[in-house]
Amino acid sequence: MKKEDPDLLLFHAPLLRQDMTTPKAMRDVLYALLPATGASLWFFGLSAILVIGACIAGAVLAEWLFAGREARGRSLLDASGTLTGLLLGLTLPPGLPMWMAFLGGFVGISLGKVIWGGLGHNLFNPALLGRAFLLATFPIAMTTWVPAVATGGFFDVYPGNLALPFMQVQVDGVTAATPLGMLKFDQEVTPLANLAFGKVSGSLGETSGLLLLLGGVYLWLKRDLDWRIPVSILLTVMIFSAVLGLFDAARFPTPLFSVFSGGLLLGAIYMATDPVTSPVTPRGAWIFGIGVGVIVMLIRVFGGLPEGVMYAILLMNAATPLIDRYTQPRVFGRGVESE
Amino acid sequence: MKKNESYEEFIKGIWRDNPVFVQVLGMCPMLAVTNSAVNAIAMGLATFFVLVGSSFLVSSFRNWIPKQVRISCFIIIIATFVTVADYTLLALVPTVHKELGAFIPLIVANCMILGRQEAFASRYPTRLAVMDAMGMASGFMLALFSLGAIREILGDGALFGMNLFGTNFEPWIIMILPPGGFLTLGVILLFFNWFKLKKDEFLAEVAEAERSSR
Repeated sequence: MKKEDPDLLLFHAPLLRQDMTTPKAMRDVLYALLPATGASLWFFGLSAILVIGACIAGAVLAEWLFAGREARGRSLLDASGTLTGLLLGLTLPPGLPMWMAFLGGFVGISLGKVIWGGLGHNLFNPALLGRAFLLATFPIAMTTWVPAVATGGFFDVYPGNLALPFMQVQVDGVTAATPLGMLKFDQEVTPLANLAFGKVSGSLGETSGLLLLLGGVYLWLKRDLDWRIPVSILLTVMIFSAVLGLFDAARFPTPLFSVFSGGLLLGAIYMATDPVTSPVTPRGAWIFGIGVGVIVMLIRVFGGLPEGVMYAILLMNAATPLIDRYTQPRVFGRGVESE
Repeated sequence: MKKNESYEEFIKGIWRDNPVFVQVLGMCPMLAVTNSAVNAIAMGLATFFVLVGSSFLVSSFRNWIPKQVRISCFIIIIATFVTVADYTLLALVPTVHKELGAFIPLIVANCMILGRQEAFASRYPTRLAVMDAMGMASGFMLALFSLGAIREILGDGALFGMNLFGTNFEPWIIMILPPGGFLTLGVILLFFNWFKLKKDEFLAEVAEAERSSR
């Protein structure tokens, strides 16, 4: 009973299809990170490729290993594992041994994503979870920063990168402090131009603030990113440090320094906005962003660590379900006001 | 038949009803003292002694203990053995005793021990109760040891204090901290549940094949 030219065509829902799919959104974020990744190649040479590559390899391997038989191909296609690996790699110090980076990617995906039930079910950002694991496991290696543009050519690799698995870094390389570390421990302020263009020591992706902003604008134009979150984080941090500056301008960082130093831009634009781990309601997004900003400044100014973006985002990730629950909009026709 | 029965009671505690990996009991010492294999073994031995001894006594006295005050009776019996274990460890291996610290007196509060008295020793004859206690305690020791060994190997690069990887080993600091205990325990539990799932699937398949072949 099959007609060649039916008079009536029946389809099931969904009848309206949108252009936006998960793999596409993931790829957009990858494109947005390209300038910052390129900058890390420029500043740290081949080491950047080694560290980021190891992270991606670990993340993708975990994704492949723990996927069910039928989901195996699919979970790799949506590029979320690659994105997690790249994001994690950008937060690591350039001189980190490759095996640690690999482990970080593996742990990030397996404990940060797969164990919760896969993409869309995780409570915490997988890349930051991987980083938190690495920081707790290898505190010395994770806080040994190498100077930017130290090595001669592109192919000069930091000796730490090539340490054998499970072994320590053998050679003592040249180390340098990050701008935040210098401010906290030596009271030394880095010029803003260096922070904006990336001529500072730090993790692979956090050194060039302007390129990170560029990627953020791209994501905003593609509607891949809830602008409320980065804007509220950055505004909170600026206001917080401006208020602190009123008390003692010499001791506390200026608003612009606070924004451009450390991993704040990377975290605010690419990690806090992870649609899985941030609130879905607009009001919730504001609360989330303000919370991250306040915690970042509290850790940076009053805490023992020089940098707190990672913990700030992870803490607010944990609060996300609660925020979502208390910021649900009133359903039309129901609730107190309708009576 | 009789011999088989007591063997069954012994072996169930090691694998099928393992107090830690299957029943998830006794988590406090499990997470607190397993940062090295030696500590884990010492804790396991102390628990073994306490559990077997108190199971024996509780089972022997089970007809004289009034139901209304049984819990306090169990606790008094357990506490007696814990005190013995505490002073024995202090006399024989003072360094280990110092490292285990408050967790030896806390064996009293180990819910696995009280659970075995309530669920098994107070209802079964002495021989079975002792076999059950030995099985459960061995299972507990096995769990403590596997956790302690994993954490010591990764956290220190050593096992029983012997260096395994040479001096250049990079220790995983997190493994000797409390989070490492949670992570390792979680991964092992994950493995056990996965194993059980696969086994059930396999058994179901076998049963299916048998039914269809009939």
